[in-house]
Amino acid sequence: MSTPAGLTRATLVKDLRLEWRSKDAINSMLFFALLVVVIFSFSFDPTAEESRRIAGGLVWVAFLFAAVVALNQTWARELRNQVLDAYRVSPAPANSLFLAKVLGNFIFVSVLEALMTPLFVVFYNLRAIGPAYQLLVVAALGTWALVVNGTFFAAMSVRTRNREMMLPLLLFPITIPALLAMVEATSSILTGEFSAKFWIVLLAVYDVVFTTACLLFFEIVLHGE
Amino acid sequence: MKRAFPILAILTAGLLSYGLYGALVQAPTEQTMGDVQRIFYYHVPSAWTAFCLFFVNLVASIVYLWQRNPKADALALASAEVGVVFCTVVLVTGPIWARPVWGIWWTWDLRLTLTLVLWLIYVSYLMLRRFSSSGQTPVMAAVLAVLGALDVPLVYFSIWFFRTQHPQPVIGGGGSIDPRMLHVLLINWLAFMCFAVLVCWSRYHLEILRRQVDETQALESLLAAGRPR
Repeated sequence: MSTPAGLTRATLVKDLRLEWRSKDAINSMLFFALLVVVIFSFSFDPTAEESRRIAGGLVWVAFLFAAVVALNQTWARELRNQVLDAYRVSPAPANSLFLAKVLGNFIFVSVLEALMTPLFVVFYNLRAIGPAYQLLVVAALGTWALVVNGTFFAAMSVRTRNREMMLPLLLFPITIPALLAMVEATSSILTGEFSAKFWIVLLAVYDVVFTTACLLFFEIVLHGE
Repeated sequence: MKRAFPILAILTAGLLSYGLYGALVQAPTEQTMGDVQRIFYYHVPSAWTAFCLFFVNLVASIVYLWQRNPKADALALASAEVGVVFCTVVLVTGPIWARPVWGIWWTWDLRLTLTLVLWLIYVSYLMLRRFSSSGQTPVMAAVLAVLGALDVPLVYFSIWFFRTQHPQPVIGGGGSIDPRMLHVLLINWLAFMCFAVLVCWSRYHLEILRRQVDETQALESLLAAGRPR
């Protein structure tokens, strides 16, 4: 139990159990993403050909905004009853806590994506012309990029005065290359016009660089001073 | 040190006036673009100065993370603020030039997008500094500065693959430039760098003074609370 992996597992199981009982994050994320899908669908009303070209952008913007809802709760939840302070004084390595939170958010956002993708397919008449299995790789790498940075910046923004507002302000500028890669990879797979290889490699590099950096700096951020 | 400030101020004023004269009068008119091209003497030096300042910010942030020296943090703050101002000048003068020459205000080209993303990252840096509680600001800001720097090559490659339309760099890019133009450009860059150092210097001192005032006030209120009434 007291190994770093054991601590990660314990925190992850605790978060999943909390979420399973309350369903706060997943419900608000799902409803939010649904609203985004409906509003986009109203305002663009695309043909099948057009929608293939714009769907990559729409899907990821919807997921990004919805993910921010869950990411904001990651640490805000721990403020009640001073749980975050307890983490700070405990001798447990900060990174196993961070990894548990990242894995938890990864699971939440993946569930969201699995549930919302059929809706996108229905509303926008989507059918991939390129190799569809690559979409899974793009989704996994892209979601990891979002949640690893998002969990890190949520830990930063929870210490600021305007908590909920701060997270997107920090997260969006830094994730621009990852977002561009996700959107372009998805569009090129859907339209089948280009190969998505370059973007997948870029996403993988982005994931490696930022996972390393976040693990290096998380302890400093958790302790603050 | 105290005497160096007015000397630098006078030097900067002289260089800026000479640079303005050079840009408007001395430099020859460009053949195809005409007088619009003269904005180049402000656009390019501002860009170089902004990038230098962002680099100073990165170095100061790393030094802060290393040694926890509050002076490094004050320097990081000053260089980020002044850098954002110069970067804004770049982003405003660019479209003014692009409209008559390219026929469009903006395009998602490599250098434009990279500058815009840098500007966004540093604005979010300043936002973080503005909103986080005072004791933690320096550490959080320094970490964000390092992450932002890691982002730059990734942004570069992603947009490089996306597209490129900007005129190839005239300096060191194989293009040719009239030596008189180069002269004016370099004078202007020197003037802008001096100006940036001048502003950073005052901002740095202001920040140090502000912190001293804060500390003194905190100390006074502590003493006042301890005194019997």
